[in-house]
Amino acid sequence: MIAPALELSGIRKDFARTQIIRGVDLAIPRGERHAIIGPNGAGKSTLFNLISGRLRPSAGIIRLHGGDITGARPQEINRRGLARSFQITNIFPRLSVWENIRCGVLWSLHYKYSFWHGIDSLRDVRERTEHVLHEINLSNRREVPAGVLTYAEQRALEIGITIAGGAEIILLDEPTAGMSHAEAEHAVALIRKISEGRTLVMIEHDMSVVFDLADRISVLVYGQIIASDAPPKIKANAEVQQAYLGTVAA
Amino acid sequence: MTQIAETAGMATPARDRFAMLRRSGIWIVAILLFAGLPLVFRSGSALTMLSLMGIMIIFALSYNMLLGQTGMLSFGHAVYYGLGAFFVVHAMNAIIRARYPIPLPVVPLVGGIAGLVFAIIFGSVSTRRGGTAFAMISLGLAELVASSSLILRGFFGGEEGITTNRTRLFRILDINFGAQIQVYYLIAAWCIVCMIAMYALTRTPFGRMCNAVRENPERVEFIGYSPTIVRFIAFCLSGLFAGVAGGLAAINFEIVNASYVGVQQSGVVLLAAYIGGIGHFVGPVLGAILVTYLQIMLSDVTEIWQLYFGLMFIAVVMFAPGGLAGLLLMHAPLLRARVLHRLAGPYLLLLAAALIAAAGVILVIELGHHLMAKASDGSVMRMFGVSFDTASVSPWLIAATLVAAGALLTRIVWPIATQAWNDAIAAARTGARS
Repeated sequence: MIAPALELSGIRKDFARTQIIRGVDLAIPRGERHAIIGPNGAGKSTLFNLISGRLRPSAGIIRLHGGDITGARPQEINRRGLARSFQITNIFPRLSVWENIRCGVLWSLHYKYSFWHGIDSLRDVRERTEHVLHEINLSNRREVPAGVLTYAEQRALEIGITIAGGAEIILLDEPTAGMSHAEAEHAVALIRKISEGRTLVMIEHDMSVVFDLADRISVLVYGQIIASDAPPKIKANAEVQQAYLGTVAA
Repeated sequence: MTQIAETAGMATPARDRFAMLRRSGIWIVAILLFAGLPLVFRSGSALTMLSLMGIMIIFALSYNMLLGQTGMLSFGHAVYYGLGAFFVVHAMNAIIRARYPIPLPVVPLVGGIAGLVFAIIFGSVSTRRGGTAFAMISLGLAELVASSSLILRGFFGGEEGITTNRTRLFRILDINFGAQIQVYYLIAAWCIVCMIAMYALTRTPFGRMCNAVRENPERVEFIGYSPTIVRFIAFCLSGLFAGVAGGLAAINFEIVNASYVGVQQSGVVLLAAYIGGIGHFVGPVLGAILVTYLQIMLSDVTEIWQLYFGLMFIAVVMFAPGGLAGLLLMHAPLLRARVLHRLAGPYLLLLAAALIAAAGVILVIELGHHLMAKASDGSVMRMFGVSFDTASVSPWLIAATLVAAGALLTRIVWPIATQAWNDAIAAARTGARS
């Protein structure tokens, strides 16, 4: 049997005396597009922070392709093929769009901390950067400092930095938050494209985006997953209706 | 804005080749400049000043690897400069004693290695955290080394310091480095090599990640890098170049004392880098030249030159955070669009107004200084070629009038200059579009 791309067992996280994550078990097979939904304060972002190494779980085990990554540092987890984006745009504001993507490319092409390669002469880096820029539709904005891009462009760049290293597992934290309807549609198309052949886990509030993209949905309420199933079944689930969908059915 | 574009750096193949050509052109100009300057400035004091500028350029650039490139504010960079200098002095004396066939030009390497080794030792502690933690630890380490320089008298030579004689090393081509001009060319050669090396470092994967760490260390962790390791490598390389600069200073002065590792020396390099502009590679070069010049010239003219230094630093922080380089490069698009000349008139007016105000401020400072610090010399002083009585009212009145008039004029001229600037930028933009 092939190990799941990502597997959480008995994950708990306490902040002081407050339990934020109260025992999460979740297995996401390779190639799945998985959405995590839930009301505000349910612990979705905390869960992402635990998976990506930003926080350490208080208890439980996280496995990446069967290998234990519990308590590993963010960069170690990233090198093992998991990349994430952030809910609040987290880019390199005074570097150009091109540089932002290129920084994301470097480690995966094994240049590491090299101070003996002239960066402009690295063809593989250039081609890879070019490719990612093209994918996120920012080729014509390459020379612009990232800080002056429009909000939607910055969100695209955020995704670009995330996928630049070629990670197999992508975590996207509210990729369409704050976008207009048209912008969100673009973002969905982009996410569909970049998650092709990869494992995608995303936190999302926009239900149309979730039901459009996800193969499976997990509902997180008060630090626990109350349901994890295919979209139609989630829609029909009474408990979910009551806990979540009912309150935001807009 | 221009600052951002400059640090960003873009790359497409054709642009690369063009940029490469232009860059090597700049280096050739720099080499010619270094080679030719002593032909223009022949006096002994000018040569000494040029030598000190070369040393300061290396030191300030090494400092900017931390502050400008990686976003690390160090208050103790003189530690690596000073230790480099001490190791070089001891190495020179050892070479002289044992008659090793080691010529002087390679000796600054000893300083570089010393700087590197101590940066590895101290950096392994101080670079674990960025931001305020790093700044505080750097200050603590600076104090530690400064105080041990007074305790370990054998190595640091106490108050007198350690002396050496650069002419007694192994000679090649019968150059003995007795004359300042020979030392100048030695410093110039090392300066060119270090400048090119430090520039090349900014164009490597490591150099780019330094910028990324400066911008957003947290995000760096999620693209596979450890900001701690990036900071550590930057710190070590910076220590290496600071050590070379210190070694050259030791060769230049033939004496090294505790002030080399002192907090004041750390302050000077911070000032030089910041005044020149930490956002551009050339910034610290300009800053090093200006600060060295002012250090020597101002200290001849006034006893309280450090006060003027402080005022200048405050002015830069408040009004030109991009430093000299930022101010200059702000005008590059205007130059390209050939509209720069439109600013000449308003700028001259602004300059005149500022000079009047500055003259007033200087007069107030000097009057006050004379009255309070040099009362025993009597109340008469000379300034701008005029003698006057500091105890009388009239010089104070003149000073106050100058300050007021200068301030008023600046207020009147400022909107004119701003308007001219906006017009010129607008003209440059439309010109660029059409």
